[in-house]
Amino acid sequence: MLSDHAVSILIFAGIDVIMALSFFLPASAGQLSAGQGGFMALGAYTAAYLTVNHQMPFPLALAAGGLVGGLVGLAVGFPALRLRGLYLVLVTFGFGEMVRVLFLNLPAFGGPAGFAGIPPATTIWHVLGLLVVLAYFFTRLAGSRMGRAFAALRDDEAAAEAMGVNSTYVKLTAFAAGGVIAGLGGALYAHYTLFIDPEAFGVGRSLFVMLYAVFGGLASFWGAVAGATILSILPELLRWVKDWREILYGLLVLAMMLVRPQGLLDAALLARLSPRRERAAAHG
Amino acid sequence: MSGPLLTVEGLSRSFGSLVVLAGLDLTVEAGGIHAIIGPNGAGKTTFFNLVTGALDAGSGRIRFAGVDIAHLPPYRRTAMGMCRTFQNIRLFGSMTVLENVLLGLHCRTRGGLLAPLLETPFRRSPGEAAARSRAVEVLEMVGLAARADQVAVELPYGEQRRLEIARALASGPRLLLLDEPSAGMNPQETLELETLIEHVNQLGVTILLIEHKMSLVMKLSRIVTVLNFGQKIAEGPPERVQRDPRVIEAYLG
Repeated sequence: MLSDHAVSILIFAGIDVIMALSFFLPASAGQLSAGQGGFMALGAYTAAYLTVNHQMPFPLALAAGGLVGGLVGLAVGFPALRLRGLYLVLVTFGFGEMVRVLFLNLPAFGGPAGFAGIPPATTIWHVLGLLVVLAYFFTRLAGSRMGRAFAALRDDEAAAEAMGVNSTYVKLTAFAAGGVIAGLGGALYAHYTLFIDPEAFGVGRSLFVMLYAVFGGLASFWGAVAGATILSILPELLRWVKDWREILYGLLVLAMMLVRPQGLLDAALLARLSPRRERAAAHG
Repeated sequence: MSGPLLTVEGLSRSFGSLVVLAGLDLTVEAGGIHAIIGPNGAGKTTFFNLVTGALDAGSGRIRFAGVDIAHLPPYRRTAMGMCRTFQNIRLFGSMTVLENVLLGLHCRTRGGLLAPLLETPFRRSPGEAAARSRAVEVLEMVGLAARADQVAVELPYGEQRRLEIARALASGPRLLLLDEPSAGMNPQETLELETLIEHVNQLGVTILLIEHKMSLVMKLSRIVTVLNFGQKIAEGPPERVQRDPRVIEAYLG
């Protein structure tokens, strides 16, 4: 049996993987979001509010957290239709901040003091279960009609439109689905930490989520999985350096991005790891 | 000939103060091969962009198969049966040859984001399997079936151009718009391209072609439209257009 401490590390790592996947999904369609922390907050607060104030069963509250994340993702997707690249990053960044400030100013959700008394519900099995579903989903998505539309939009939006892809629909779908995943991640998080406050979902969270996915590599969802797992367990492995831990962490990330700017798992490495993907061998 | 497939009336477009198309009227008859020629900057590619919806129409009417399409988004026009290739090749760089063609089938297939979750595990859905066999058929037609699993942008130049045609054909167009398909091709590749275009046309696809290689234009097209400074200066069978003094002046003067 694993110790409670080890289980807690795994649960937080699992939630980080879920969040990294929530960033990866719109990113696979070329839509970079720096506001995944905002969707996570919406999922966390929605689910916590429902279990605390309405005694809603956890699975339903979890679903509600995902739903709210998805609906708001859809709404955020609309400005995204006209923006790309850095401008989209800035707008989604602004969205994340807006959500944080919103919860700071809502007394019903505890405001700056935070929202406490959330019943413990999240177990390692919930987290692993969701990860298995997501892994299956992303594996299948890669060879599906919608997965190709995402990739086409990321590669060349104008060409994708000319070939019959409804870019509006595809982008909104990608944003909404990213919001659902982040909302689920937030709901799981809230029912494990049992206390949430707006600062837990701020800019730092959004940037780390982005870092996980980019560090792991955007060529496949496995990159987000690997990046989030490594980077969220790494601090535990660096405990021995004590005060220097965060500096060493930063240096390791920096060194890695210098050596492999395309991320840990690039197309070439993925091809070598998977016999079915020899074709992607050279580059992506 | 079975009537007009594409009719453009008074089509104009400017970029800032630069007028690129000035009141162009043009009719493409169904079933033929129609070429558009003209010096650089004559407005040929802009015309393609307006017809396919990559650019918003300035003013004028665009009718495709009798329907006013001037305000439809590009994907709706593709679904109606028109598809294009690009002057500067624009294949999807992260995809294989087969995947590029499968993307062309996007508007002829179904399946949303959750489809992969609902289908039979560990096996392709019937829709995806049918799409793949159709994509292979199209690749066979253009002679690229052996390349199916290669990364598209690693193909030799001439094959990339043929792949763009395959990708467009996958969308099942009635009108295929080719923007300088022979650009950068050697004589042998150009010859193969001519055969391919004729073959596609014989399958019932109307071809609208922007081209600089006059030998190809003369050989393939039944009708040639000559543009200069955004206006039509001549139109007719290739032999006649070639002798037209205004055309000679536009090219030499």
